[in-house]
Amino acid sequence: MNIEELKKTAARVRGKVVELSHRAKTPHLGSSLSCVDILVAAYWEVLRIDPARPADPNRDRFILSKGHAATTLYTVLAYRGFFPEDKLKEYNVEGCSLQEHPGPICAPGVEAATGSLGHGICIGLGMALAARIQKQDYRVLAVLSDGECNEGSVWEAALFGAANKLSNMTIVVDYNKWQATGRSNEVLGLAPLRDKWSTFGWEAHEVDGHDLAVLAELMSRPPNPDGRPRAIVANTVKGKGVSFMEDDNNWHYKTPNEDELHRALVELGLI
Amino acid sequence: MRNAFADEITKLADADPRVVLLSGDIGNRLFNTFKEHHPDRFLNCGVAEANMIGVGAGMGLSGLRPVTYTITTFVTSRCYEQIKLDVCYHKAPVIITGVGAGLSYASLGPTHHSFEDIASLRALPGLTILCPADPWEVRAALRAALKLNGPVYLRLGKKGEPPLHADVPEFEIGRALVMREGTDVALLSTGNILPNVLAAAELLQAAGISAGVLNFHTVKPLDQERLQQVFGGTKLVATIEEHSLIGGFGSAVAEWAADQGPFPARLVRFGIPDRFIHEAGNQKYARKKAGLSAEAIAERIKEQFHK
Repeated sequence: MNIEELKKTAARVRGKVVELSHRAKTPHLGSSLSCVDILVAAYWEVLRIDPARPADPNRDRFILSKGHAATTLYTVLAYRGFFPEDKLKEYNVEGCSLQEHPGPICAPGVEAATGSLGHGICIGLGMALAARIQKQDYRVLAVLSDGECNEGSVWEAALFGAANKLSNMTIVVDYNKWQATGRSNEVLGLAPLRDKWSTFGWEAHEVDGHDLAVLAELMSRPPNPDGRPRAIVANTVKGKGVSFMEDDNNWHYKTPNEDELHRALVELGLI
Repeated sequence: MRNAFADEITKLADADPRVVLLSGDIGNRLFNTFKEHHPDRFLNCGVAEANMIGVGAGMGLSGLRPVTYTITTFVTSRCYEQIKLDVCYHKAPVIITGVGAGLSYASLGPTHHSFEDIASLRALPGLTILCPADPWEVRAALRAALKLNGPVYLRLGKKGEPPLHADVPEFEIGRALVMREGTDVALLSTGNILPNVLAAAELLQAAGISAGVLNFHTVKPLDQERLQQVFGGTKLVATIEEHSLIGGFGSAVAEWAADQGPFPARLVRFGIPDRFIHEAGNQKYARKKAGLSAEAIAERIKEQFHK
């Protein structure tokens, strides 16, 4: 896909994510919007996947470690063909499988249940290690939130990944500078985040997390021959794509009303 | 128990290329043979138990059969959420092994005691809980756990537990073993307290009370058929475990009896009182303080039986 098409896809994903939050009255909209470009680049340009064969043993694994951005994952999986777009109507509907955080058997293409932070990266490392043991060449990509990097298990995982030279593992931190109740650089002093990953033994990068070409190129690079796993600190904007949501942390919990949904869809060029 | 575990897991890994052993930085020389045979399938995960469980879950979801091994309290209480979400929620086939359960590490103090693990883990959907009583049962439990293809918690003592079988026993998950026949009292034991229970039965015999001993190596799922039998056909049923009286095997049996009764049998429970142990002392000492010596068990059964 060329960049313009990718951008259009990202805008469509954003529109659907806002719509789902509006319809289901579910929070975490800002967090869902900030990682859209990361997931779009991954699913359309990077991952070796076949939506028709979601259980192929040699598929690349994608884990949304920041499970609260579930609407982005569901939308991307639907648009990428893992399940019919119609299924998105079931999101947060009583008795249906798409909950506010992804479950283990909720839809084809969901590799791990997440929602409590600091779990997905560890599960991903286990999958990466399994590839080595079973002599398979699939790779694992996990997306974390910056608030998630408060969790001790993330840094246990950081040590483990580097010590075991799991170069088939890549993580992207959606560094939108906010966590639930404050600036992530203030709550627990996250900065300098790239340096932290680098010091822990990862091949660390810091990029514009909304530059689809840069994200795609970096995530597609072959594993580092020196064995270091890859960490991409993606500078993003919470609420990205909808001007009145951007960098406004009220949208961590707030849900859009009819008028706000309409304005968002107009801004995204969808109506 | 730990030597039997190390030997058996090595044999199982020899036969099954899916078996991977994850250690939480313990068992320095214990796994030397495993490491020699399968250097790529032994991982020292360091003192980072939360990550170890998550890694195990990821492996289990990718076609492997990971077995994690470290000190009980560090691999249960410390990383409870990883067991709940990464392993149980995903139904990942991970065998979580806790060594030094109960009062095995009594002299190390409450940081190393583990008598709340069954209580907390029993509440997790889909987790099988195995508490073998001797080294032979450790081998049997490991084999059965690998065949199960789901989450298992394997609760071990440490070393020096006396063998109570002559060989690997017939072992079916959820099916208690009859260790001794008896008609007056049914002593239901789980885990490595079993030698004391057998000795208590001897003391009761000498006092004219016929005590049967049943070995509930599986705490979850419970052997309901056997429970139905003992609660229906005995005057007194006792549960004995090296675990807190809150939430453990005895609680599981009491819950079952409350739901399934009424029964003619009365239930008494033996376990560790609801307090931290501040006094120094080894496992034998701590068991005695908790009323878990053979003599203490026999005395209280006698009182209850004649009541």
